[in-house]
Amino acid sequence: MRLDLFVSHYNYWVVIFLMMVGFYILISRGNLIKKVVGLNVFQTAVFMLYISMGKITGGTPPILVDPKGGGEAAAEVMYSNPLPHVLILTAIVVGIATTSVGLALAVRIKEAYGTLEEDEISRIEAEREAAE
Amino acid sequence: MREEIIIRVGAKFLAPFIIMFALYVHFHGDYSPGGGFQAGVILAAAFALLALVYGLEAVQKVLPLWFTRMCAALGVLIFAGVGVVTMLLGHNYLGYNALAPDPTHPEHGQHYGILLVELGVLVTVFGVMVTVFYHFAGRGRSDS
Amino acid sequence: MSTHLPVLQVVVPLLAAPVCALIRNARAAAVIAVLASWATLAIALSLLGDVMSAGVISYALGDWVPPIGIEYRVDIVNAWVLVIVSTIASAVAPYMITSVEDEVERRRIPLFYAAYLLCLCGLLGITVTGDVFNVFVFLEISSLSAYALIAMGTRRRALTAAFRYLVMGSVGATFIVIGIGLLYVMTGSLNMADLAVLLPEVWDSRTVKVAYGFLGVGFCLKLALFPLHLWLPNAYAFAPSAVTAFMASTATKVAVYMLLRFFLTIFGAPFSFGVMALDRVLLPLALVAIVSMSLVAIFQVDVKRLLAYSSVAQIGYMVLGLSFASVTGLTATLLHLFNHALMKGALFMAMGCVVYRIGSVHIDAMAGLGKRMPWTMAAFVLGGLSLVGVPLTVGFVSKWFLILGALERGWWPVAVIVLLASVLALVYVWRVVEAAYFRPYEGDEGVGVEAPWRLLVPTWALVGANLYFGINAVRTAQVAERAAEVLMTGVGP
Repeated sequence: MRLDLFVSHYNYWVVIFLMMVGFYILISRGNLIKKVVGLNVFQTAVFMLYISMGKITGGTPPILVDPKGGGEAAAEVMYSNPLPHVLILTAIVVGIATTSVGLALAVRIKEAYGTLEEDEISRIEAEREAAE
Repeated sequence: MREEIIIRVGAKFLAPFIIMFALYVHFHGDYSPGGGFQAGVILAAAFALLALVYGLEAVQKVLPLWFTRMCAALGVLIFAGVGVVTMLLGHNYLGYNALAPDPTHPEHGQHYGILLVELGVLVTVFGVMVTVFYHFAGRGRSDS
Repeated sequence: MSTHLPVLQVVVPLLAAPVCALIRNARAAAVIAVLASWATLAIALSLLGDVMSAGVISYALGDWVPPIGIEYRVDIVNAWVLVIVSTIASAVAPYMITSVEDEVERRRIPLFYAAYLLCLCGLLGITVTGDVFNVFVFLEISSLSAYALIAMGTRRRALTAAFRYLVMGSVGATFIVIGIGLLYVMTGSLNMADLAVLLPEVWDSRTVKVAYGFLGVGFCLKLALFPLHLWLPNAYAFAPSAVTAFMASTATKVAVYMLLRFFLTIFGAPFSFGVMALDRVLLPLALVAIVSMSLVAIFQVDVKRLLAYSSVAQIGYMVLGLSFASVTGLTATLLHLFNHALMKGALFMAMGCVVYRIGSVHIDAMAGLGKRMPWTMAAFVLGGLSLVGVPLTVGFVSKWFLILGALERGWWPVAVIVLLASVLALVYVWRVVEAAYFRPYEGDEGVGVEAPWRLLVPTWALVGANLYFGINAVRTAQVAERAAEVLMTGVGP
C-alpha cells in the first residue's frame, strides 16, 4: 500500500528531487553563474509540478474534437486541463527573464570585480572597506 | 566557423524557413499549439543563427540594435493598445468582442483580438530576445 | 470612463513605460513618468472614494465573468494600499528628475524611467487584482524591474546587492507559485473570492497546510521579515537615492498587503489564527526583528544602511500588529503601512539631497550639515522624530494603536518592548543629528550648500504629510479601521 502511494505519485517525487537539487546548488555554490543555474533548476521543478497536475490519464490535448469527425462522440472526449499549462507558460517566460537579468548582472559583476566567486567578491569588498 | 561553406550555405538556406515557421506558429496559435511567445523566440532564433555563422556585424546591418529595442517597447504598446481600443469601443479592457467587424457575430472579435495581442507579444519577445543576444554576444569586444 | 478605473490603475503606467523607452529623451521621459505617477494617484483616490461610499468594485477583464476570467477587485483594503503606493510614487517621481540626472548614466535615464514605471505598474497590479496567479505575474514584473533599478546605483556593490536580491526574491516568488499551484490543485480556482468560499471545505487537507507554509515563507522573504531580510540592507544602501526612497516605502508594504490578503481574505482569519496559529509564529519573529534590527541599526556608519535596518525593524511593527489577531492590531498594521511609507520616504529623500550635494551618506560626512543644509537636515530630524514616534507625528499614531492592541490582549510586556524599541530608534536617529548639528563642518567651504528646491519640495511634501496625518489622524484611522474589519470578518463576494 505504502509503495503503491509512492509509485502512483512518482511525478511529485521527481519534482521534489529536482527542487532540492536546484536549491542545493543555489545555497552551496559560490559561483554566481552556478547560482543562476541552480535557480533555474529550482524553477523548472515548479514548472513540472504545474504541468503534471494538468495531465489527465487518457486525456487528449485540449483542442475541441470535431463531432462530425467520426470515431468517439465529442461529448465523451476527455480533455487534459489546459489552464496549468497556460499558467506555467507565463512562469517560464518569467523564469527566462529572471535568468537573463541574473546573467546580465553576473557579466557586469565580472567586469567590475574581475571574478564571479562570491567569497572573492566579499574579500575584495572587505579589503576596500578596511582601506577606507 | 566563417570559412565552413556547408554551414554558411545551410544557415542561409534555413533562415527563411525558420522565419516562415515562426509566422506559421503565430497565425495558427489560436487553434493549434503555438502563439506569440513561441513565434517570437523562433523568429529571434533565425537571426541568432545568422549571427553565429556570419558574425554579429553582418546581422546588425540588417537588424540594427535600435530597431530591436524599439520592437521590445512597441510590442507592449500594441498589447496594451488593443485593450485601450476595446475600452474605447465600450467594452471592458481586452474585451475582444468589441473588435468584431460584423456586430451580429461578436464572437469573431475573439479571433482578431487574440491575434493582435499575440502580435504584440511576438514583437516584444522577438525584440527582447535579439537585444539580449546582441548584448551578451557583443560583450567584451573593443566597442563595448 | 469611471467604470474602468481599476484597470486604468495598471494600464496607465504600463502604457507610459514603453513610451519612455521609445522616446529616448531624458527630460521627456521624466515628464511622462511624473504625469503617469500623478494619474495613478488621482485614480487611486477616486477608487478609495468610490469604495468608501459604494462598497466592493469588481471589474471583469476581457468581459470574462469571474471566477472564469481574471477579476480586478477593489475593496477598502486594497484601495488603501493603492493610495499609499501612488502617493509615494507621486512624491518620488518629481524628485527623481534631479536626483537621477546626478546619479545615473545619462543614456540610461529613459530606460530608468521605463523600469520605474514597470515597477509601479507591478506594485499597483499586485494590489488591484483579484486573481492569485495574476498576483505572481505582477510580483515578477515589479521585482524584475526593481533588480534593474537597484543595479543602476553608482557603486559597484549595487550589482552584488541586486544579484543577492534577485536570488532571494526569485526563491520567494517561486515559493509563492508553489503555494498557488497547490491551492489550485485543491480547489480548481484561482479567483480570490472564489477561493475564500471553496477553501473551508478542504481545511483539513495537508496540501492546503503545505500551501500555507510555502506562501508564508514566500511572503516573508518578499517583505523582509527578520530572518529572511538579508537582501534588504545592501539593496537599499546601494540603489540610487530615488529608488531607495521609492522601494523602501512601497515594495515591502505591498508584500505585507499580499500576506494580509492571502492569509486573512483567502484562507480566512479562523484558519490563520485558529488552525495554523499564525499569530504565535509571527509574534516572536516580529519582536526579535524590532529589537535586534534596531540594535544593528545603531552601529551602522552608512546612514542609508542605518535606515534600511530600521526599515526591517519597522516591518516588525507591521507584522506585530497582525500577530495580535484583532481589529485594533490590524488597524495598527494598516496605519503603519501608510505612516511608515511617509516617514521612510521623507528620510531617504533627505539622504538623497545629501548625496546630491556631498556625494556620501557616511555618518562622518554629515558633520556640520545642520548649518550648511538646514532644510535638508530639518526634514531628516522631523522624519526621524516620526520614526521614534513622538506625538504630533504619524509615528506616534501607529505606536498608539499598536500599544492599544497589545494592552487589549493583555500583553503588556509587548507594549513595553515597543516603547523600548522607540528609545533604540531615538539612539540611531540621534547619532545622525549629533553629527549634523554638534560637529563642525570639515569639508571645503565651496561645496555643501543647501540642496536645490527641486529636491526639497517633494521631500518637504512628505514631511508635511508626516505632520498633517500625525495631527489629524481621524480620517486615516477611520479608513484603516474599516479595512481591518473587512480583513478580520473576511466578507465574501
